Amino acid sequence: MKTNEHVIEVTDLRRVYGGEFEAVRGVTFDVGRGELFALLGTNGAGKTSTVELLEGLAPPAGGQVRVLGHDPYTERAAVRPRIGVMLQEGGFPSELTVAETVRMWAGCTSGARPEGEALTLVGLARRAGVRVKQLSGGEKRRLDLALALLGRPEVLFLDEPTTGLDAEGRQETWELVRELRAAGTTVLLTTHYLEEAEGLADRLAILHAGRIAVSGTPAEVTASQPSRISFELPEGFFPGDLPPLPELGVTGHEIEGRMIRLRTNELQRATTGLLVWAERTGVELRRLDVRSGSLEEAFLRIAREVSATDSGTAAENSEKESVA
Amino acid sequence: MSTGTVAETSAAGRTTVTRAGRMVSLARAEMTLLGRSKGTLFTAAFIPLVLPISVSSAFDESELKEVGLTAGEVMLPAAFGFSLLFAVYTALTATYVARREELVLKRLRTGELRDEEILVGAALPAVFLGLAQCVLLAIGCTVLLDVGMPEAPHLAVVGLLLGIVLCAAAGAVTASFSKTSESAQVTSLPFMFVSLLGSGVSVPLELMPDRLASICELLPLSPMITLLRGGWSGSLSAYDALGTVALAVAWTALAVFAVRRWFRWEPRR
Repeated sequence: MKTNEHVIEVTDLRRVYGGEFEAVRGVTFDVGRGELFALLGTNGAGKTSTVELLEGLAPPAGGQVRVLGHDPYTERAAVRPRIGVMLQEGGFPSELTVAETVRMWAGCTSGARPEGEALTLVGLARRAGVRVKQLSGGEKRRLDLALALLGRPEVLFLDEPTTGLDAEGRQETWELVRELRAAGTTVLLTTHYLEEAEGLADRLAILHAGRIAVSGTPAEVTASQPSRISFELPEGFFPGDLPPLPELGVTGHEIEGRMIRLRTNELQRATTGLLVWAERTGVELRRLDVRSGSLEEAFLRIAREVSATDSGTAAENSEKESVA
Repeated sequence: MSTGTVAETSAAGRTTVTRAGRMVSLARAEMTLLGRSKGTLFTAAFIPLVLPISVSSAFDESELKEVGLTAGEVMLPAAFGFSLLFAVYTALTATYVARREELVLKRLRTGELRDEEILVGAALPAVFLGLAQCVLLAIGCTVLLDVGMPEAPHLAVVGLLLGIVLCAAAGAVTASFSKTSESAQVTSLPFMFVSLLGSGVSVPLELMPDRLASICELLPLSPMITLLRGGWSGSLSAYDALGTVALAVAWTALAVFAVRRWFRWEPRR
Protein backbone atom coordinates (compact mmCIF):
# COMPACT_ATOMS: atom_id res chain seq x y z
CA MET A 1 0.00 0.00 0.00
CA LYS A 2 1.53 3.25 -1.11
CA THR A 3 -0.69 5.60 0.80
CA ASN A 4 -3.45 5.19 3.34
CA GLU A 5 -6.02 6.40 0.89
CA HIS A 6 -8.77 3.85 0.46
CA VAL A 7 -9.66 3.60 -3.18
CA ILE A 8 -12.37 1.03 -2.55
CA GLU A 9 -14.43 1.00 0.63
CA VAL A 10 -17.10 -1.61 1.16
CA THR A 11 -19.25 -1.55 4.28
CA ASP A 12 -21.76 -4.23 5.27
CA LEU A 13 -22.64 -4.82 1.63
CA ARG A 14 -25.73 -6.85 0.76
CA ARG A 15 -27.22 -8.04 -2.48
CA VAL A 16 -30.52 -9.84 -2.85
CA TYR A 17 -31.83 -11.49 -6.02
CA GLY A 18 -35.54 -11.69 -6.70
CA GLY A 19 -36.40 -10.54 -3.20
CA GLU A 20 -35.35 -13.79 -1.61
CA PHE A 21 -31.89 -15.14 -2.40
CA GLU A 22 -29.27 -13.19 -0.49
CA ALA A 23 -26.07 -13.61 -2.50
CA VAL A 24 -24.01 -11.07 -0.54
CA ARG A 25 -24.66 -10.98 3.19
CA GLY A 26 -22.79 -8.17 4.84
CA VAL A 27 -19.34 -7.92 3.28
CA THR A 28 -16.87 -5.33 4.57
CA PHE A 29 -13.37 -4.62 3.28
CA ASP A 30 -11.27 -1.86 1.81
CA VAL A 31 -8.52 -1.61 -0.75
CA GLY A 32 -5.76 1.00 -0.59
CA ARG A 33 -4.33 2.84 -3.55
CA GLY A 34 -1.90 0.70 -5.52
CA GLU A 35 -2.94 -2.42 -3.71
CA LEU A 36 -3.92 -5.71 -5.33
CA PHE A 37 -6.82 -7.28 -3.50
CA ALA A 38 -8.11 -10.74 -4.37
CA LEU A 39 -11.56 -12.10 -3.63
CA LEU A 40 -11.41 -15.86 -3.44
CA GLY A 41 -14.25 -18.27 -3.18
CA THR A 42 -15.96 -21.32 -4.57
CA ASN A 43 -18.53 -20.96 -7.33
CA GLY A 44 -21.59 -19.27 -5.89
CA ALA A 45 -19.69 -17.74 -2.98
CA GLY A 46 -20.79 -14.26 -4.03
CA LYS A 47 -17.62 -12.99 -5.75
CA THR A 48 -19.23 -11.78 -8.95
CA SER A 49 -22.28 -10.48 -7.11
CA THR A 50 -19.97 -8.40 -4.94
CA VAL A 51 -17.79 -7.12 -7.77
CA GLU A 52 -20.79 -6.09 -9.86
CA LEU A 53 -21.89 -3.83 -7.03
CA LEU A 54 -18.42 -2.28 -6.91
CA GLU A 55 -18.54 -1.73 -10.66
CA GLY A 56 -21.84 0.08 -10.24
CA LEU A 57 -23.90 -2.31 -12.35
CA ALA A 58 -26.58 -2.58 -9.69
CA PRO A 59 -27.50 -0.83 -6.46
CA PRO A 60 -26.82 -2.76 -3.25
CA ALA A 61 -29.75 -4.05 -1.18
CA GLY A 62 -27.94 -2.78 1.88
CA GLY A 63 -24.63 -1.32 2.99
CA GLN A 64 -22.38 1.06 1.16
CA VAL A 65 -19.79 1.07 -1.60
CA ARG A 66 -17.30 3.85 -2.30
CA VAL A 67 -14.97 3.73 -5.27
CA LEU A 68 -12.54 6.65 -5.53
CA GLY A 69 -14.75 8.39 -2.99
CA HIS A 70 -17.96 8.07 -4.99
CA ASP A 71 -20.96 5.80 -5.09
CA PRO A 72 -20.30 3.77 -8.26
CA TYR A 73 -24.02 3.33 -8.98
CA THR A 74 -25.48 6.77 -8.40
CA GLU A 75 -22.32 8.70 -9.36
CA ARG A 76 -21.46 6.60 -12.35
CA ALA A 77 -20.22 9.51 -14.46
CA ALA A 78 -17.61 10.43 -11.84
CA VAL A 79 -16.33 6.89 -11.40
CA ARG A 80 -16.44 5.22 -14.80
CA PRO A 81 -13.78 7.27 -16.60
CA ARG A 82 -11.29 6.26 -13.91
CA ILE A 83 -11.96 2.53 -13.68
CA GLY A 84 -11.51 -0.43 -15.99
CA VAL A 85 -13.79 -3.42 -15.85
CA MET A 86 -13.42 -6.97 -17.07
CA LEU A 87 -16.57 -8.98 -16.48
CA GLN A 88 -16.57 -12.68 -15.81
CA GLU A 89 -18.32 -13.15 -19.10
CA GLY A 90 -17.66 -10.30 -21.48
CA GLY A 91 -20.01 -9.61 -24.34
CA PHE A 92 -18.88 -8.50 -27.76
CA PRO A 93 -20.81 -8.57 -31.00
CA SER A 94 -19.53 -11.73 -32.66
CA GLU A 95 -19.51 -10.25 -36.16
CA LEU A 96 -17.15 -7.38 -35.37
CA THR A 97 -13.40 -7.83 -35.76
CA VAL A 98 -11.05 -7.43 -32.83
CA ALA A 99 -9.87 -4.05 -34.14
CA GLU A 100 -13.42 -2.82 -34.73
CA THR A 101 -14.37 -3.83 -31.20
CA VAL A 102 -11.45 -1.91 -29.72
CA ARG A 103 -12.17 1.10 -31.94
CA MET A 104 -15.80 1.16 -30.82
CA TRP A 105 -14.79 0.91 -27.18
CA ALA A 106 -12.08 3.55 -27.60
CA GLY A 107 -14.70 5.97 -28.92
CA CYS A 108 -16.55 5.53 -25.65
CA THR A 109 -13.52 5.79 -23.34
CA SER A 110 -11.85 8.94 -22.02
CA GLY A 111 -8.11 9.05 -22.63
CA ALA A 112 -8.11 5.82 -24.58
CA ARG A 113 -4.81 4.27 -25.61
CA PRO A 114 -4.20 3.85 -29.31
CA GLU A 115 -5.89 0.71 -30.59
CA GLY A 116 -2.62 -1.02 -31.53
CA GLU A 117 -1.08 -0.39 -28.14
CA ALA A 118 -4.05 -1.91 -26.33
CA LEU A 119 -3.89 -5.05 -28.47
CA THR A 120 -0.11 -5.33 -28.13
CA LEU A 121 -0.45 -5.20 -24.33
CA VAL A 122 -2.51 -8.37 -24.30
CA GLY A 123 -0.74 -10.06 -27.20
CA LEU A 124 -3.61 -9.82 -29.66
CA ALA A 125 -2.04 -7.47 -32.20
CA ARG A 126 -1.77 -10.18 -34.84
CA ARG A 127 -5.44 -11.07 -34.45
CA ALA A 128 -6.69 -7.53 -35.09
CA GLY A 129 -8.50 -8.40 -38.31
CA VAL A 130 -10.20 -11.53 -36.98
CA ARG A 131 -13.93 -11.61 -36.15
CA VAL A 132 -14.70 -12.01 -32.46
CA LYS A 133 -16.65 -15.22 -33.13
CA GLN A 134 -13.47 -16.85 -34.42
CA LEU A 135 -11.44 -16.13 -31.29
CA SER A 136 -10.68 -18.87 -28.79
CA GLY A 137 -12.03 -18.55 -25.26
CA GLY A 138 -8.64 -17.38 -24.05
CA GLU A 139 -8.35 -14.79 -26.80
CA LYS A 140 -11.76 -13.41 -25.89
CA ARG A 141 -10.58 -13.01 -22.30
CA ARG A 142 -7.54 -11.09 -23.56
CA LEU A 143 -9.71 -8.85 -25.72
CA ASP A 144 -11.84 -8.19 -22.66
CA LEU A 145 -8.69 -7.31 -20.71
CA ALA A 146 -7.54 -4.99 -23.50
CA LEU A 147 -10.80 -3.07 -23.23
CA ALA A 148 -10.52 -2.88 -19.45
CA LEU A 149 -7.04 -1.36 -19.86
CA LEU A 150 -7.99 0.95 -22.70
CA GLY A 151 -8.58 4.06 -20.58
CA ARG A 152 -5.41 3.61 -18.41
CA PRO A 153 -7.65 3.11 -15.37
CA GLU A 154 -6.67 3.98 -11.82
CA VAL A 155 -8.73 1.08 -10.55
CA LEU A 156 -9.07 -2.20 -12.35
CA PHE A 157 -11.79 -4.77 -11.66
CA LEU A 158 -10.93 -8.20 -13.00
CA ASP A 159 -13.55 -10.91 -12.56
CA GLU A 160 -11.80 -14.24 -13.10
CA PRO A 161 -9.38 -12.85 -15.67
CA THR A 162 -7.56 -16.10 -16.36
CA THR A 163 -10.44 -18.55 -16.48
CA GLY A 164 -10.25 -20.32 -19.82
CA LEU A 165 -6.63 -19.38 -20.46
CA ASP A 166 -3.92 -22.00 -20.97
CA ALA A 167 -0.94 -22.09 -18.63
CA GLU A 168 1.12 -19.76 -20.81
CA GLY A 169 -1.68 -17.26 -21.25
CA ARG A 170 -2.26 -17.30 -17.52
CA GLN A 171 1.41 -16.53 -16.85
CA GLU A 172 1.32 -13.67 -19.35
CA THR A 173 -1.78 -12.18 -17.77
CA TRP A 174 -0.21 -12.45 -14.32
CA GLU A 175 2.90 -10.69 -15.60
CA LEU A 176 0.76 -7.91 -17.06
CA VAL A 177 -1.23 -7.52 -13.84
CA ARG A 178 2.04 -7.34 -11.87
CA GLU A 179 3.31 -4.59 -14.16
CA LEU A 180 0.07 -2.66 -13.78
CA ARG A 181 0.26 -2.95 -10.04
CA ALA A 182 3.89 -1.91 -10.04
CA ALA A 183 2.90 1.19 -12.01
CA GLY A 184 0.39 2.12 -9.32
CA THR A 185 -2.90 0.69 -10.57
CA THR A 186 -5.23 -0.52 -7.85
CA VAL A 187 -6.54 -3.96 -8.75
CA LEU A 188 -9.47 -5.92 -7.42
CA LEU A 189 -9.39 -9.45 -8.72
CA THR A 190 -11.66 -12.42 -8.22
CA THR A 191 -10.42 -15.89 -8.82
CA HIS A 192 -10.88 -19.48 -7.84
CA TYR A 193 -7.26 -20.25 -8.59
CA LEU A 194 -5.50 -20.21 -5.24
CA GLU A 195 -2.04 -19.85 -6.73
CA GLU A 196 -3.24 -16.78 -8.60
CA ALA A 197 -4.32 -15.10 -5.38
CA GLU A 198 -1.23 -16.28 -3.50
CA GLY A 199 1.13 -15.09 -6.21
CA LEU A 200 -0.44 -11.73 -7.01
CA ALA A 201 -2.40 -10.40 -4.07
CA ASP A 202 -1.19 -8.00 -1.41
CA ARG A 203 -4.25 -8.94 0.56
CA LEU A 204 -7.10 -11.33 -0.01
CA ALA A 205 -10.43 -12.35 1.39
CA ILE A 206 -12.06 -15.74 1.11
CA LEU A 207 -15.77 -15.44 0.52
CA HIS A 208 -18.14 -18.19 1.43
CA ALA A 209 -21.91 -18.12 1.16
CA GLY A 210 -21.94 -14.37 0.75
CA ARG A 211 -19.69 -13.60 3.70
CA ILE A 212 -15.99 -13.03 4.22
CA ALA A 213 -14.75 -16.09 6.06
CA VAL A 214 -11.09 -15.08 6.29
CA SER A 215 -9.11 -12.07 5.17
CA GLY A 216 -5.55 -10.79 5.41
CA THR A 217 -2.28 -11.00 3.55
CA PRO A 218 -1.62 -14.39 1.93
CA ALA A 219 1.03 -15.01 4.63
CA GLU A 220 -1.39 -14.16 7.44
CA VAL A 221 -4.15 -16.34 6.06
CA THR A 222 -1.74 -19.20 5.52
CA ALA A 223 -0.21 -18.80 8.98
CA SER A 224 -3.64 -18.98 10.59
CA GLN A 225 -4.05 -22.45 9.19
CA PRO A 226 -2.79 -25.51 11.10
CA SER A 227 -0.03 -27.58 9.53
CA ARG A 228 -0.66 -31.23 8.85
CA ILE A 229 1.23 -34.46 9.33
CA SER A 230 -0.08 -37.74 8.04
CA PHE A 231 1.38 -41.25 7.98
CA GLU A 232 0.44 -44.90 8.07
CA LEU A 233 0.54 -46.52 11.48
CA PRO A 234 3.22 -49.28 11.37
CA GLU A 235 2.08 -52.93 11.49
CA GLY A 236 1.48 -54.19 15.01
CA PHE A 237 1.14 -50.73 16.51
CA PHE A 238 -1.94 -49.02 17.88
CA PRO A 239 -2.64 -45.30 18.07
CA GLY A 240 -2.09 -45.54 21.81
CA ASP A 241 1.50 -46.56 21.19
CA LEU A 242 2.32 -43.14 19.80
CA PRO A 243 3.94 -40.59 22.15
CA PRO A 244 1.42 -38.34 23.97
CA LEU A 245 0.28 -36.05 21.15
CA PRO A 246 -0.50 -32.86 23.12
CA GLU A 247 3.09 -32.86 24.36
CA LEU A 248 4.26 -32.69 20.73
CA GLY A 249 2.09 -29.66 20.10
CA VAL A 250 -0.54 -31.58 18.20
CA THR A 251 -3.92 -29.91 18.47
CA GLY A 252 -6.08 -32.52 16.84
CA HIS A 253 -5.98 -35.88 15.12
CA GLU A 254 -8.03 -38.16 12.93
CA ILE A 255 -7.70 -41.88 12.46
CA GLU A 256 -8.97 -43.47 9.31
CA GLY A 257 -8.13 -47.14 8.98
CA ARG A 258 -4.37 -47.22 9.49
CA MET A 259 -3.87 -43.60 8.37
CA ILE A 260 -3.19 -41.09 11.12
CA ARG A 261 -3.67 -37.37 10.44
CA LEU A 262 -2.40 -34.78 12.89
CA ARG A 263 -2.98 -31.03 13.04
CA THR A 264 -0.51 -28.71 14.69
CA ASN A 265 0.52 -25.10 14.91
CA GLU A 266 4.08 -26.14 15.78
CA LEU A 267 5.09 -28.19 12.79
CA GLN A 268 8.78 -28.59 13.61
CA ARG A 269 8.21 -29.68 17.21
CA ALA A 270 5.49 -32.15 16.29
CA THR A 271 7.46 -33.61 13.39
CA THR A 272 10.63 -33.92 15.42
CA GLY A 273 8.80 -35.66 18.25
CA LEU A 274 7.21 -38.09 15.87
CA LEU A 275 10.42 -38.89 14.00
CA VAL A 276 12.40 -39.32 17.22
CA TRP A 277 9.76 -41.77 18.42
CA ALA A 278 9.94 -43.66 15.10
CA GLU A 279 13.74 -43.79 15.28
CA ARG A 280 13.76 -45.08 18.86
CA THR A 281 11.06 -47.61 18.19
CA GLY A 282 12.77 -48.68 14.98
CA VAL A 283 9.76 -48.36 12.71
CA GLU A 284 9.33 -46.78 9.33
CA LEU A 285 6.48 -44.28 8.91
CA ARG A 286 5.12 -45.16 5.50
CA ARG A 287 3.33 -42.55 3.39
CA LEU A 288 4.68 -39.82 5.65
CA ASP A 289 3.48 -36.43 4.53
CA VAL A 290 4.33 -33.19 6.32
CA ARG A 291 2.95 -29.91 5.12
CA SER A 292 2.63 -26.35 6.39
CA GLY A 293 -0.70 -24.59 6.40
CA SER A 294 -1.59 -23.37 2.94
CA LEU A 295 -4.13 -21.19 1.30
CA GLU A 296 -5.63 -24.30 -0.19
CA GLU A 297 -5.97 -25.73 3.28
CA ALA A 298 -7.74 -22.59 4.46
CA PHE A 299 -9.95 -22.56 1.42
CA LEU A 300 -11.06 -26.17 1.70
CA ARG A 301 -11.56 -25.97 5.44
CA ILE A 302 -13.75 -22.89 5.08
CA ALA A 303 -15.79 -24.52 2.38
CA ARG A 304 -16.34 -27.56 4.64
CA GLU A 305 -16.80 -25.86 7.98
CA VAL A 306 -18.95 -22.96 7.03
CA SER A 307 -21.31 -25.08 5.03
CA ALA A 308 -21.64 -27.40 8.01
CA THR A 309 -22.62 -24.65 10.43
CA ASP A 310 -25.71 -22.54 10.22
CA SER A 311 -25.45 -18.98 9.04
CA GLY A 312 -25.54 -17.42 12.50
CA THR A 313 -22.41 -19.11 13.76
CA ALA A 314 -20.73 -18.62 10.41
CA ALA A 315 -20.80 -14.90 11.02
CA GLU A 316 -19.15 -15.39 14.41
CA ASN A 317 -16.51 -17.64 12.91
CA SER A 318 -15.69 -15.09 10.29
CA GLU A 319 -14.98 -12.53 12.97
CA LYS A 320 -12.79 -14.83 14.98
CA GLU A 321 -10.84 -15.94 11.97
CA SER A 322 -10.31 -12.54 10.51
CA VAL A 323 -6.63 -11.84 11.00
CA ALA A 324 -6.51 -8.63 9.03
CA MET B 1 3.09 -9.60 -24.32
CA SER B 2 3.43 -6.22 -22.70
CA THR B 3 5.39 -3.08 -23.37
CA GLY B 4 6.85 -0.37 -21.21
CA THR B 5 3.80 1.82 -21.57
CA VAL B 6 1.73 -0.57 -19.59
CA ALA B 7 0.16 1.75 -17.09
CA GLU B 8 0.58 5.46 -17.40
CA THR B 9 -2.38 6.26 -15.24
CA SER B 10 -1.60 9.95 -15.26
CA ALA B 11 -4.57 12.18 -15.80
CA ALA B 12 -2.46 14.64 -17.77
CA GLY B 13 -3.58 15.19 -21.32
CA ARG B 14 -6.55 12.87 -21.08
CA THR B 15 -9.13 13.48 -23.71
CA THR B 16 -12.66 13.25 -22.42
CA VAL B 17 -15.19 11.64 -24.70
CA THR B 18 -18.44 13.46 -25.23
CA ARG B 19 -21.96 12.14 -25.11
CA ALA B 20 -22.32 12.52 -28.88
CA GLY B 21 -18.89 11.01 -29.51
CA ARG B 22 -19.81 7.91 -27.53
CA MET B 23 -23.10 7.45 -29.33
CA VAL B 24 -21.52 7.93 -32.76
CA SER B 25 -18.86 5.38 -31.92
CA LEU B 26 -21.48 2.85 -30.92
CA ALA B 27 -23.62 3.70 -33.92
CA ARG B 28 -20.69 3.14 -36.25
CA ALA B 29 -20.15 -0.36 -34.86
CA GLU B 30 -23.88 -1.09 -35.17
CA MET B 31 -23.80 0.12 -38.77
CA THR B 32 -20.97 -2.32 -39.51
CA LEU B 33 -23.00 -5.09 -37.89
CA LEU B 34 -26.11 -4.17 -39.84
CA GLY B 35 -24.11 -4.38 -43.05
CA ARG B 36 -22.91 -7.86 -42.10
CA SER B 37 -26.30 -9.22 -41.13
CA LYS B 38 -27.76 -10.06 -44.51
CA GLY B 39 -31.11 -11.21 -43.18
CA THR B 40 -31.76 -8.09 -41.14
CA LEU B 41 -30.54 -5.91 -43.98
CA PHE B 42 -32.91 -7.60 -46.40
CA THR B 43 -35.90 -7.21 -44.09
CA ALA B 44 -35.01 -3.65 -43.22
CA ALA B 45 -34.06 -2.35 -46.65
CA PHE B 46 -35.90 -4.40 -49.24
CA ILE B 47 -39.34 -5.25 -47.86
CA PRO B 48 -40.41 -1.66 -47.13
CA LEU B 49 -39.58 -0.70 -50.69
CA VAL B 50 -41.50 -3.58 -52.25
CA LEU B 51 -44.53 -4.05 -50.00
CA PRO B 52 -46.22 -0.71 -50.73
CA ILE B 53 -46.50 -1.67 -54.38
CA SER B 54 -48.47 -4.77 -53.43
CA VAL B 55 -50.76 -2.64 -51.28
CA SER B 56 -51.36 -0.07 -53.99
CA SER B 57 -52.95 -2.60 -56.31
CA ALA B 58 -55.40 -3.58 -53.56
CA PHE B 59 -57.14 -0.23 -53.50
CA ASP B 60 -60.01 0.56 -55.72
CA GLU B 61 -59.38 4.01 -57.17
CA SER B 62 -63.10 4.83 -57.38
CA GLU B 63 -63.69 3.80 -53.78
CA LEU B 64 -60.88 6.12 -52.68
CA LYS B 65 -62.26 8.97 -54.74
CA GLU B 66 -65.56 8.66 -52.87
CA VAL B 67 -63.82 9.50 -49.56
CA GLY B 68 -61.69 12.17 -51.15
CA LEU B 69 -58.31 10.43 -51.32
CA THR B 70 -55.92 9.92 -54.19
CA ALA B 71 -53.87 6.77 -54.71
CA GLY B 72 -50.74 8.72 -53.91
CA GLU B 73 -52.10 10.00 -50.62
CA VAL B 74 -52.77 6.42 -49.58
CA MET B 75 -49.63 4.92 -51.01
CA LEU B 76 -47.13 7.29 -49.51
CA PRO B 77 -48.13 7.01 -45.83
CA ALA B 78 -48.45 3.25 -46.35
CA ALA B 79 -44.91 3.14 -47.70
CA PHE B 80 -43.61 5.23 -44.80
CA GLY B 81 -45.47 3.00 -42.36
CA PHE B 82 -43.91 -0.15 -43.80
CA SER B 83 -40.51 1.44 -43.73
CA LEU B 84 -40.71 2.45 -40.09
CA LEU B 85 -42.20 -0.85 -39.00
CA PHE B 86 -39.64 -3.02 -40.77
CA ALA B 87 -36.51 -0.88 -40.94
CA VAL B 88 -36.86 0.69 -37.51
CA TYR B 89 -39.27 -1.20 -35.27
CA THR B 90 -38.58 -4.90 -35.97
CA ALA B 91 -34.92 -4.31 -36.79
CA LEU B 92 -34.34 -2.55 -33.48
CA THR B 93 -36.28 -5.08 -31.45
CA ALA B 94 -34.04 -7.77 -32.92
CA THR B 95 -30.90 -5.72 -32.33
CA TYR B 96 -31.62 -4.96 -28.69
CA VAL B 97 -32.50 -8.57 -27.92
CA ALA B 98 -29.45 -9.92 -29.75
CA ARG B 99 -27.08 -7.53 -27.97
CA ARG B 100 -28.61 -8.46 -24.64
CA GLU B 101 -28.26 -12.18 -25.38
CA GLU B 102 -24.61 -11.71 -26.35
CA LEU B 103 -24.07 -9.81 -23.06
CA VAL B 104 -23.00 -6.82 -25.14
CA LEU B 105 -25.42 -4.50 -23.32
CA LYS B 106 -24.10 -5.61 -19.95
CA ARG B 107 -20.52 -5.07 -21.07
CA LEU B 108 -21.33 -1.63 -22.50
CA ARG B 109 -22.91 -0.63 -19.20
CA THR B 110 -19.57 -1.11 -17.43
CA GLY B 111 -18.10 1.72 -19.50
CA GLU B 112 -18.72 5.42 -19.70
CA LEU B 113 -21.84 5.14 -21.88
CA ARG B 114 -25.02 6.00 -20.04
CA ASP B 115 -28.03 3.74 -20.40
CA GLU B 116 -29.91 6.06 -22.72
CA GLU B 117 -26.78 6.56 -24.83
CA ILE B 118 -26.52 2.82 -25.37
CA LEU B 119 -30.13 2.58 -26.54
CA VAL B 120 -29.95 5.66 -28.72
CA GLY B 121 -26.52 4.90 -30.16
CA ALA B 122 -27.55 1.37 -31.10
CA ALA B 123 -30.72 2.74 -32.70
CA LEU B 124 -29.05 5.34 -34.92
CA PRO B 125 -28.23 3.12 -37.93
CA ALA B 126 -31.79 1.77 -38.10
CA VAL B 127 -33.17 5.27 -37.69
CA PHE B 128 -31.03 6.59 -40.54
CA LEU B 129 -31.94 3.64 -42.71
CA GLY B 130 -35.63 4.35 -42.04
CA LEU B 131 -35.19 8.06 -42.77
CA ALA B 132 -33.27 7.38 -45.98
CA GLN B 133 -35.98 5.00 -47.16
CA CYS B 134 -38.70 7.53 -46.46
CA VAL B 135 -36.87 10.18 -48.43
CA LEU B 136 -36.37 7.72 -51.30
CA LEU B 137 -40.02 6.69 -51.14
CA ALA B 138 -41.18 10.29 -51.09
CA ILE B 139 -39.11 11.09 -54.17
CA GLY B 140 -40.19 7.86 -55.86
CA CYS B 141 -43.87 8.40 -55.20
CA THR B 142 -43.68 12.02 -56.26
CA VAL B 143 -42.04 11.13 -59.55
CA LEU B 144 -43.77 7.86 -60.37
CA LEU B 145 -47.25 8.26 -58.90
CA ASP B 146 -47.70 11.91 -59.66
CA VAL B 147 -48.35 12.66 -55.96
CA GLY B 148 -47.25 16.24 -56.08
CA MET B 149 -45.26 18.19 -53.51
CA PRO B 150 -46.57 18.25 -49.93
CA GLU B 151 -48.88 21.18 -49.23
CA ALA B 152 -47.79 21.42 -45.59
CA PRO B 153 -44.26 19.95 -45.53
CA HIS B 154 -43.72 20.84 -41.87
CA LEU B 155 -46.51 18.46 -40.87
CA ALA B 156 -44.98 15.68 -42.96
CA VAL B 157 -41.57 16.22 -41.39
CA VAL B 158 -42.98 16.33 -37.85
CA GLY B 159 -45.03 13.22 -38.55
CA LEU B 160 -42.05 11.35 -39.91
CA LEU B 161 -39.75 12.29 -37.03
CA LEU B 162 -42.35 11.46 -34.39
CA GLY B 163 -43.04 8.17 -36.13
CA ILE B 164 -39.38 7.22 -36.15
CA VAL B 165 -38.86 8.08 -32.50
CA LEU B 166 -41.98 6.18 -31.53
CA CYS B 167 -41.00 3.11 -33.56
CA ALA B 168 -37.52 3.11 -32.04
CA ALA B 169 -38.93 3.42 -28.52
CA ALA B 170 -41.50 0.72 -29.28
CA GLY B 171 -38.66 -1.53 -30.42
CA ALA B 172 -36.99 -1.11 -27.04
CA VAL B 173 -40.29 -1.77 -25.25
CA THR B 174 -40.83 -4.95 -27.23
CA ALA B 175 -37.26 -6.02 -26.51
CA SER B 176 -38.02 -5.56 -22.81
CA PHE B 177 -40.65 -8.26 -23.08
CA SER B 178 -38.75 -10.64 -25.37
CA LYS B 179 -36.61 -13.27 -23.71
CA THR B 180 -34.71 -14.47 -26.77
CA SER B 181 -34.18 -13.56 -30.40
CA GLU B 182 -36.66 -16.25 -31.37
CA SER B 183 -39.38 -14.97 -29.09
CA ALA B 184 -38.77 -11.42 -30.36
CA GLN B 185 -40.12 -12.52 -33.72
CA VAL B 186 -43.42 -13.30 -32.00
CA THR B 187 -43.54 -10.45 -29.50
CA SER B 188 -43.11 -7.90 -32.26
CA LEU B 189 -46.17 -9.17 -34.15
CA PRO B 190 -48.94 -7.44 -32.15
CA PHE B 191 -47.55 -3.95 -32.70
CA MET B 192 -46.91 -4.80 -36.36
CA PHE B 193 -50.44 -6.04 -36.99
CA VAL B 194 -52.18 -3.36 -35.00
CA SER B 195 -50.22 -0.69 -36.82
CA LEU B 196 -50.57 -2.22 -40.27
CA LEU B 197 -54.31 -2.82 -39.98
CA GLY B 198 -55.47 -0.17 -37.54
CA SER B 199 -53.27 2.85 -38.06
CA GLY B 200 -54.11 3.44 -41.68
CA VAL B 201 -50.95 1.89 -43.09
CA SER B 202 -52.57 -0.72 -45.29
CA VAL B 203 -56.22 0.34 -44.89
CA PRO B 204 -57.00 4.07 -44.84
CA LEU B 205 -59.07 4.99 -41.79
CA GLU B 206 -61.46 6.77 -44.13
CA LEU B 207 -62.55 3.41 -45.48
CA MET B 208 -63.49 2.11 -42.03
CA PRO B 209 -66.82 2.45 -40.21
CA ASP B 210 -66.82 5.71 -38.25
CA ARG B 211 -66.84 4.21 -34.77
CA LEU B 212 -63.96 1.83 -35.58
CA ALA B 213 -62.06 4.64 -37.25
CA SER B 214 -62.33 6.90 -34.20
CA ILE B 215 -60.85 4.16 -32.03
CA CYS B 216 -58.12 3.42 -34.57
CA GLU B 217 -57.17 7.08 -34.66
CA LEU B 218 -55.89 6.66 -31.11
CA LEU B 219 -53.46 3.82 -31.94
CA PRO B 220 -49.72 4.54 -31.54
CA LEU B 221 -48.81 4.91 -35.19
CA SER B 222 -52.05 6.62 -36.33
CA PRO B 223 -50.86 10.16 -35.57
CA MET B 224 -47.86 9.67 -37.82
CA ILE B 225 -50.01 8.55 -40.75
CA THR B 226 -52.51 11.37 -40.13
CA LEU B 227 -49.74 13.96 -40.08
CA LEU B 228 -48.10 12.56 -43.20
CA ARG B 229 -51.34 12.50 -45.12
CA GLY B 230 -52.24 15.95 -43.85
CA GLY B 231 -48.79 17.12 -44.86
CA TRP B 232 -49.38 16.13 -48.46
CA SER B 233 -53.03 17.09 -48.72
CA GLY B 234 -52.76 20.26 -46.62
CA SER B 235 -56.24 19.56 -45.30
CA LEU B 236 -55.35 19.14 -41.64
CA SER B 237 -56.37 22.11 -39.50
CA ALA B 238 -53.85 23.58 -37.08
CA TYR B 239 -56.09 22.48 -34.20
CA ASP B 240 -56.26 18.88 -35.44
CA ALA B 241 -52.56 18.87 -36.17
CA LEU B 242 -51.76 19.96 -32.63
CA GLY B 243 -54.00 17.30 -31.15
CA THR B 244 -52.39 14.66 -33.35
CA VAL B 245 -48.89 15.73 -32.35
CA ALA B 246 -49.93 15.67 -28.69
CA LEU B 247 -51.18 12.11 -29.09
CA ALA B 248 -47.92 11.02 -30.75
CA VAL B 249 -45.90 12.67 -27.97
CA ALA B 250 -48.06 10.96 -25.36
CA TRP B 251 -47.44 7.54 -26.92
CA THR B 252 -43.71 8.24 -27.14
CA ALA B 253 -43.61 9.35 -23.50
CA LEU B 254 -45.41 6.18 -22.51
CA ALA B 255 -42.93 4.08 -24.47
CA VAL B 256 -39.96 5.86 -22.88
CA PHE B 257 -41.48 5.32 -19.45
CA ALA B 258 -41.95 1.62 -20.22
CA VAL B 259 -38.34 1.28 -21.34
CA ARG B 260 -37.05 2.96 -18.20
CA ARG B 261 -39.24 0.77 -16.07
CA TRP B 262 -38.93 -2.61 -17.75
CA PHE B 263 -35.94 -2.72 -20.07
CA ARG B 264 -33.68 -5.68 -19.22
CA TRP B 265 -29.95 -5.27 -19.70
CA GLU B 266 -29.01 -8.87 -19.08
CA PRO B 267 -30.50 -12.21 -20.08
CA ARG B 268 -32.65 -13.79 -17.41
CA ARG B 269 -30.68 -16.04 -15.09
